[in-house]
Order: sequence, then C-alpha cells, then structure tokens
Amino acid sequence: MIRVFRLLVLLALVWPTLAAASVAEDTQTAAAGLASSNWREVAAALETLAELADPAVLPALQALQNRRLSFDEDGRLYIANAADDTYRDALSGEPVTVAEDALTAVPLNNPVRRILRPVIAQLQIFAEDDKQRLSAAEELAQRPNPAMRETINRALEQEGNAEIERLLNIALATLDLDSESAERRLEAVKLVGSVRASRMKPRLQGLLAQDSDGHYLEPDQRVRDAAETAIAAIESRERTAAFVSDLVFGLSMGSVLLLAALGLAIIFGLMGVINMAHGELLMIGAYTTFLVQTLFATFMPQFFGLYLLAALPIAFLVTGAVGIAMERGVIRFLYNRPLETLLTTFGISLILMQGIRMVFGAQNVRVSSPEWFSGSVQIMQGVSLSTSRVGVIVFAALVVALVWFLMYRTRLGLEVRAVMQNRKMAASLGVASNRVDMWTFGAGAGVAGLGGVALSQIVNVGPELGQGFIVDSFMVVVLGGVGNIFGTVFSALGLGVASKFLEPATGAVLAKIILFVGIILFIQWRPQGLFALKGRSAAD
Amino acid sequence: MHSLSGTMAISETSLRDVALMSIEQINEQGGVLGRRLEPVVMDPGSNWPRYAEQARELLQRHNVDVVFGCWTSVSRKAVLPVFEELNGLLFYPVQYEGEEFSENIFYTGAAPNQQSIPAVEYLMSDEGGGASRFYLLGTDYVFPRTTNQILRAYLNANGVSDDNIREVYTPFGHSDFQSIVSEIRSFSQGGPTAVVNTVNGDANVAFYQELANQGISALDVPVMAMSVGEEELRGMDTATLEGHLAAWNYFMSVESSANDAFVETWFDYVERNSLPGGSNRVTNDPMEATYIGMQMWAQAVEQAGTTDVDEVRVAMRGQCVNAPSGHRICMDEENHHLHKPVLIGEIRGDGQFDVVWETEGPIRAENWSPYLNNGE
Repeated sequence: MIRVFRLLVLLALVWPTLAAASVAEDTQTAAAGLASSNWREVAAALETLAELADPAVLPALQALQNRRLSFDEDGRLYIANAADDTYRDALSGEPVTVAEDALTAVPLNNPVRRILRPVIAQLQIFAEDDKQRLSAAEELAQRPNPAMRETINRALEQEGNAEIERLLNIALATLDLDSESAERRLEAVKLVGSVRASRMKPRLQGLLAQDSDGHYLEPDQRVRDAAETAIAAIESRERTAAFVSDLVFGLSMGSVLLLAALGLAIIFGLMGVINMAHGELLMIGAYTTFLVQTLFATFMPQFFGLYLLAALPIAFLVTGAVGIAMERGVIRFLYNRPLETLLTTFGISLILMQGIRMVFGAQNVRVSSPEWFSGSVQIMQGVSLSTSRVGVIVFAALVVALVWFLMYRTRLGLEVRAVMQNRKMAASLGVASNRVDMWTFGAGAGVAGLGGVALSQIVNVGPELGQGFIVDSFMVVVLGGVGNIFGTVFSALGLGVASKFLEPATGAVLAKIILFVGIILFIQWRPQGLFALKGRSAAD
Repeated sequence: MHSLSGTMAISETSLRDVALMSIEQINEQGGVLGRRLEPVVMDPGSNWPRYAEQARELLQRHNVDVVFGCWTSVSRKAVLPVFEELNGLLFYPVQYEGEEFSENIFYTGAAPNQQSIPAVEYLMSDEGGGASRFYLLGTDYVFPRTTNQILRAYLNANGVSDDNIREVYTPFGHSDFQSIVSEIRSFSQGGPTAVVNTVNGDANVAFYQELANQGISALDVPVMAMSVGEEELRGMDTATLEGHLAAWNYFMSVESSANDAFVETWFDYVERNSLPGGSNRVTNDPMEATYIGMQMWAQAVEQAGTTDVDEVRVAMRGQCVNAPSGHRICMDEENHHLHKPVLIGEIRGDGQFDVVWETEGPIRAENWSPYLNNGE
C-alpha cells in the first residue's frame, strides 16, 4: 500500500497560538492528556474533562468515540474528517495538513468508553434537539459521574421535558446514594426504588451489606428499610418480566414453528403425503426473497424497503410452481404408497439442496431486513422483542387467515376438503380429484414459500435452512392432529410457549428432548393428536 | 482436505483457498527441492467418517506427502488413527481444546492457554471490565465443553466460585437466542459479568442479533468470542456489536509488513481466480495458521532434503517463519504446537477487529491443560 505523505507547512507553526485564543487554558491542558497511547492516561484525562464540562472538547470526544481522534509526537490532537483523508485540529476545528504516518490513534476500549459516554452526554444535555437531550439523559441516568452533579442540576433548572427531568433526577439520586446526609440517602433510595430497574439492585443490596462484625455499612435504619422495600419491588417486577418474556418469546417461537409447519399441515395433514422435501420448499421461499432483494437493490434501490412485500407473492408462486412440478412429476404416481413417497421426497430434498448449492454456493446468503423491519419493540421494562419477530407473529396470523379463507371460503377449498374426506364420493359427485390434488399440493407448497420469506428475516439463509425445520414441522402437524389446520395453530404456539418456559430451567438442548419425549408419550395415548376430525365422513 | 459443502463449508472453504494460494506462491518461488507442489483437493462434505475415508485415499492412492485439513475437533479425531496407521503427516490449522498429541499431526492453531485462558484473564483485569461473573455459552459438542471445563477450573483457582459461573449449551445451528440473552441480562445484575462465547458456526449471527435487539452493549456485558473471526462477521451488521471482543493469534487488521504482504497476496489471488465474494473476502486466524504451516513444511522439506515423513517431522521441530501476525513464529521442539502470540481484538463497525491487548511475544502451547486432572 502506498501511503500518501503530506507536508506540514507554515500553518503548523502558527497554529497553536491561534487555537489558544479560542479554548480555555485548563481545558487545553486537560485535553492534552488525551494524547497518549496508554488507555489509563486517556481515562484520567477524561475524568478531568468531566469536571471542566467545557463544550469546546465535544467534537474531539465524539471523534474519539468514532475512532477518528489521533495525535502526533508533539501531543497535538487531530480529528480525521469523515468525508475524505483530511484532518482538522481537534480543539479549534481548523483544517490542517498532516502526514498520516506521523499520527497515533488515541486508544479506545470498554473502560474508556464507560467514562467517555457520560462525559459526552453531559455536554449534550443542553442540546437544542429533544432527542439528543433524551439520549444524553438516559446515558447520565445509567452511568452518572460525581463530577457532573453541578451540570445535572443546571440542566434540571432549564429542562422543560418531563421524561428528561425524570431521568436526570434518577442520575442525581444515584449519586446521592453516597451522600453524607441520611435524609438525602433516604430520598435517593426511594426515588431509585421507584424506577424498579434491575440494574439498581446491586447498589441497593450494597446498602444492606454488613461488615465482618455484623454492623451494617448503612447506619440509618430508615434507609435500610427503604432499600429493602425497593429491592422487593424490583424483584417482583423481575418475576413479572420473566413470566411475560417467557410467554412472549414462546409466542414468537411458536409463530415461527407455525409458519414453518402450515404448508405441511396442508400437504401432510390434508393430503397425507409424507413430504420430506418440505424444508426445501421453505428454503426456496427464503432464496426467492434473497433474489427479489438483490433485484430491488440493483434496479430500484429507492424502493428497497418494499422488497419484502414484493417477495411474498413471488415466493408463493415460485414455490407453488415447484410444488406442482413435484406433484405432477413424481408424487401423483405414488399416492397410497407412503414408504415410497417418503423415500422419493427425501431424494427430491437432496436434489433441491444440491441444486441450490450449485447455483448460489454452499455459503449462507445475506438477506437484510428492510429499515422498517429492524430494531426492537419494548413490551415492558426488561422485555423487548425484535421488530422482525413481531412481524413474524403478525404475518403468521395473516397466513393462518389466508389458509382458512382458502380452505373454507373458496370453491377449491370445498373441493379439497371433499376429496380429502372421501375421495370416491367426491369423484362420483363430479369433483376432478386428480386436479384437486395438484392444486392442493401447489397451495401447500406456496404457503411453505410464504413461511420461507418470513424465516429469511430471522434465521440464516443457506442450503440447509430447511433441515432445521423439517422435524419440528412434522412434530407440530402430528401433535395438532392430522387434517386439522387449527390443531396446527394450537400445537405450534403451545410447543413454542412450553419450550420457552422449560428453557431457563433446563437449557435449550434438554428442553427440546423433554418436549420430544412428551410428544411421543402423548401420541401413544392419543394417536389422532390434539384435534381430530369427527364423523362418518372422516372414517376411511 | 476441507469441507466445501455442508455446515462447515462456511468456515473451511477459505482454508482450501488460502492453501492453494500458498502452494501457488511456493511454486512461483521455485517449488520445494526444485520440484513443483501439486495440490489434491478433497471435499469430505462435513461428514466426519468421510474425513477418515478420504485421508486414507489421499495417503494410499494419491501418495501425498502432507495433508492440510480439518476444522472441527471431531473430524480431527476421526482422521488421527488413519494418519498414525499409515504414518502420514497432517497440519491442523484451527484453535482447539488441547488434550491431544500425535507424532503425525502438527497443530498450527492455538491450544487453550494460547487463547481462552488469556481471554478470561483479560476479562478479569481492569482493562477488560473486571468481570467477576462468567456466562459460558457454547454449542453442545467437544470443543466448547472441554474449553469450559478448563475455564471453570481456571476460574475456580482464581477465586470465582461456581455460583458466579453459568454454563449453557445450545444445539448446532440454534436460531432462537431470546431466552438465553434475556437470561444473560438477569445474570449480569449480580455484578460485573462477561460472556465467553464458544458458539460455533452460523448460529453466532442469531446470537449477536439478539444481543443487539435486547440492547446489551459491550459496556454492560462484554462478549468474548472464541470462534468468531473476520469470516464469521462478514455479512453481519457489526455496528451494534462495537466493543465486543474476540481472542485469536492473528487479526486481519494487524499492522506488520508480513501481514500487508499476506493480505495483498490473498486479494491478488482472489481476484485472479475470481473467487466468490471478491473484494469482500477477508483473512482470518485459521487462514494464517494454514499459511504458516505451509511455509514451515516447505522449509522443513528443504532442510531435510526429502519429503519422507520421519525426516520432515524431525526437521519441523524448531522450524521458524515470519508470520503475518508480525512475530517470528516457531514450532516447539517437543509438543508439535506453535509458540504463538495472543491477541484480543474489539469488533469494529466495519467487521474488522481493533487489537486492544496482546502478549509481549509468542507463548508456548500447553496442549495438556494443567487445569484438568487428566493432564499428565
């Protein structure tokens, strides 16, 4: 690599005197401490800067946070401009020319960040922008520094926003936990306790600690009582949060299972075809999403956010077509021969996987979530669910609605149900059962494709994607009761929730085993699954 | 002999590529003993018994002089008897759990004391956040289980009681880390906590995504990864992972002239052969280990004047090369492991690592951990 050398000309000689005019002297001295390759010295300099609270260093600190701050042999600090290879003086902001080789980066590690973040927050707490002030206040509430008490007080006087005021008060109260005055400690414990945030627990527990002689470290009884109440409140909140999160994560996992299994509920559940290639239909749905995404990124990047919506019908049609091809080409010759169907579809699954490997390579492909689909939603304090998982829950509900509509509100659905319940009777009433088979298989495959689109947002998209879901899908359909769409819904959600409630106690590996054993026992006792079709028509 | 298909393809494919690159480089410089090296490429397809079959085929049918191969410990364990029976030579390029030695294998990856133990030491130091509670998260197989067994013994010896250690395993290819991350969050309330991550393969994508979703930053709970390198971060959104850590013996971002040359040769090779991924490709630790192994073997053969396994083995001991990590790396006289420097890197927003800590120089491998009873 050829490094570009730039000469430092006249400017550099004049510069320090000019900069001195605009920035206070003690700030300059403190900032000079940042020019070190030892992180401990950098941390010490930041502590001093925290006390000075001079906004003049804000650009330098933000540059440090973004790894753009460096220094030369003379201890001058430079900020690398984001746009090009040029530099500016860290304190004055004037452009300077300096050789890249002469610079050393100011070290940044987690201990430095831990001090740096509140110092930056302290300087941003007076920003015009509400959002900036809010995030600054959040940071201060989380990691307050005793040097910042005054600044926080000053900010509180000016602040109009209630939420920011609340956060700043928490920051103050956290500092007050170490106060000399028992009254202030009491007030602080009450306020900190009212937040019921888990991260305050260790601090509060510290108040209840005893020394080796059995004396409390906290002398005041009232403060200790308040701390105990606060801890109890936090713990009760934690129990609720644990319950809610198990439930929510369980629903989320259940909805993933449901989407993976719905297509199979039609193909295996209604038609009785043991389709081992079901996982590959999911995979093809996911790869279709990848292709649509690539097309959008190449030809219409301005609409990139919408690729996911476009991928839905396309994936339905593509996997539906693959399904129809499978049915017409192979499976229709094998109805009522479950063993052969099993082996053939297993073969098809291998062919499809290898085909995808040959076209896209063995490595995973990257499907990136559109902007509106990333991030997370906070359900309650301590429980958040990623937006894509929320999306999957909603989407699962929509697909269930679609399948219900297809099966119970369309002519095709009526014919499908008729053929599945009693093929001969339906045929003698004029239903072209052969054609119905084809469309049913196609619809089931298409629904699997929709599942694949959703899965592409939360799991890795690779040739083996389907392998991870095939066993789970069969498990869901068998448990739910073969031939019953709503059984599938209940069993998927039930399995999801059950495994999430088991997981904290047993670990993910054992939870899966326990569920497996449970299902085997259940099927022994009730072979027809949770819900079974009733009536004479079903008996065949 | 690396899997080019199946679950391990994601990691092993680039080892095949870098091995072919090194062979090409050695041939350009005149080959070994005046003769050109000829590669034989095998694909065991992530199928452990097939590794053994193909090793036999390589040694008996293709009469190869040396094999560079394997990634997972289970594949290495599968081929080990074959190499011993037929007196072949295997270079194994990946960090592993130790507790093994064979006359027929040279281990160019790290032993536990060259990776996981320094990593935990760092986490316990001021610099690493002074962790006193450890959440050991891994995939359920031999490498994470043995590593965690060693780490638990090490932590116990350093005053961390079992109450402050939580060991959790997930199946291969686990994709739902919601409960685990939420448990990490509540576990971390008990004091400064760090996570030691021995999750393998693409499950890491889901794990790190979930960390970001639940807003666990490296400031609160740093995650130290043992099997996450540049290749695994490729294609992950790393902006939210800033500050999380990984321990290796090499990073692509290491500044040394040897590394500049290595990276340049690599990209040149990628471009000339238009390998998939193109300019997005990266170099990583096991690739460096493959590269070092190849150079060392060539030097040892020159020195021995023959490719005969018994003589090359003797010549290999004490052999040194200038490695891309910027150090002069030598093969131990006895234990068939390299003396390697240990580097701790922080994940950067661009998917690379920033070295925040390193040992002063290469350290000797302890393939039999003193923290396990069966280490003799």
